Amino acid sequence: MSAAPDHAPTIVRAGLRDRLAPHVPLLLIPVLIVLGFVSIGSPSSWLTLTVSGLAMGMMIFIMASGLTLVFGLMDVINFGHGAFVSVGAFVGITVLLALGGMTGSPSLALNMAALLLAVVAAMLATGIIGWGFEKVIVEPVYGAHLKQILVTMGGLIIVEELILVAWGPDEIFFTRPETLQGAFTFAGAAIERYRLVAVVFGLALFLAMRFVLRSTKIGLIVRAGVENGEMVQALGYRLRAVFIGVFIAGSALAGLGGVMWALYQEVITAHMGAGIMVLVFIVVIMGGLGSVEGCFIAALLVGLTQNYVAFLEPKLALISNIGLMVLILMWRPQGMMPVVKAK
Amino acid sequence: MPDPILRLSGVFANIAQYHILQGVDLEVPAGAVTMLLGRNGVGKTTTLRTVMGLWRAHRGSIVFADRDITALPTPAIARAGIGYVPETMGIFSDLTVEENMRLAAASGPIAADRLDWIFAAFPPLKTFWKKEAGTLSGGQKQMLSIARAMAEERRLYLIDEPTKGLAPAIIATMAGALRDLKKQGASILLVEQNFSVARLLGDSCAVMDDGRIVWSGAMAELAGDAALQERLMGLSLEAG
Repeated sequence: MSAAPDHAPTIVRAGLRDRLAPHVPLLLIPVLIVLGFVSIGSPSSWLTLTVSGLAMGMMIFIMASGLTLVFGLMDVINFGHGAFVSVGAFVGITVLLALGGMTGSPSLALNMAALLLAVVAAMLATGIIGWGFEKVIVEPVYGAHLKQILVTMGGLIIVEELILVAWGPDEIFFTRPETLQGAFTFAGAAIERYRLVAVVFGLALFLAMRFVLRSTKIGLIVRAGVENGEMVQALGYRLRAVFIGVFIAGSALAGLGGVMWALYQEVITAHMGAGIMVLVFIVVIMGGLGSVEGCFIAALLVGLTQNYVAFLEPKLALISNIGLMVLILMWRPQGMMPVVKAK
Repeated sequence: MPDPILRLSGVFANIAQYHILQGVDLEVPAGAVTMLLGRNGVGKTTTLRTVMGLWRAHRGSIVFADRDITALPTPAIARAGIGYVPETMGIFSDLTVEENMRLAAASGPIAADRLDWIFAAFPPLKTFWKKEAGTLSGGQKQMLSIARAMAEERRLYLIDEPTKGLAPAIIATMAGALRDLKKQGASILLVEQNFSVARLLGDSCAVMDDGRIVWSGAMAELAGDAALQERLMGLSLEAG
């Protein structure tokens, strides 16, 4: 046995600034909420807008989380991700409409059972389509970004056209399940039930994803793969299989996000996925490509900013998120929580 | 000479339009340390990467423990029992030292006595067990890189310049750990520029030039012949 070295290691406590630096993005959310409070003035309007912004952010996060992991793991830019949002929305809402008896009932249990069935159907459908999408469209273009953009965009158009074939060209309007309709009053503010449900559900999903990524072996493989896929393979793990799994899970999450977004808007169209992709890409870029935590924070910032600005200065709402992204990238060009990629 | 655990026969490999390996013939004896020496850019790293399947041999064969692994994917090659320590160390910076080690033990938790052995060889890893690997110093990262390969028993270790750029005290630690590994009967193919380390650890030696093995023999023979060193590598390494 070799002797212990004479260069005894020591731990030097980092300065306050260095210790705080990784957590600064997290602090932006309370800072933005306080700024919103100061700017809006009315506590009830502020509370309504804050819940609305958080709900919107949570839904964008659900749709974006799969995309950021797919990019981080295999360097794949999937412009077709929006297709899964649309398909998820159409499948989920079709199931909900078919279960009209359950969704129209005032029973919370029946409403939730219908919603669960809709979500499972949507995630199954988008998971399966995601698997086919990866096999047919993404696999042949690994390592070629321009081709990835072109073929995944093509895939998006094909899926949208197939939705038109299956469901027709008209927008489909619907109402949420009975117990998710309406609002309740809290501290003088009207808070929509569904938005609160979306906040709680989104937060639970984020914590579950964080647990999987931080505390399980598969999570370790994914995080390591995002940083250095080659080394993960050299340790004996089949990264390709992991990637397919992540692609399927990401597609299913987009499908779930599609159902939630549809319930939020109460209308679905074939192009709704492509429409939301602008926000999804903003969130993925702002968070740092491959970072789930960064994606989560960015999604909440985008949701809150959009709602606050739309209230304060409606004309600026259209550019508020682009402006936010520009500011974030000027501060941290690699995104808020960049994943260090192996050279 | 013991039977080879790894045999490369006429291996050619390209990187883009560059022909890096041009017919490598190399035997790594079982239970011994084989040094792979040569000037920069002659194909040493490419040889290790090609064995691991990270670059593909387009001609020739690579046989490991009587099994042709030339066309196997990298994960299958690793699972066949080859541990790889790249020149870049391949540390996962965002993961803690513990998570790096857990990941390295693909078949299950690291055995307690093995972990004790690793901690004895590399004490800083115990100190920084819960720290993110990205916060380690260069030498500590290199220790982690080698410890990761040692997390499970492997039949062969491919180690690429483990002492590159390290302080003498850490080189001594590294050399001690590799000597321990050798005592345990491991087979090692080691790319090393530090000749004193090479001489200390090496049983046999192969010298590369221009993508081929130009000389192979006992390490002692090369270490004792300054003229041979001069001829093979363009300089005498006796000073080390």
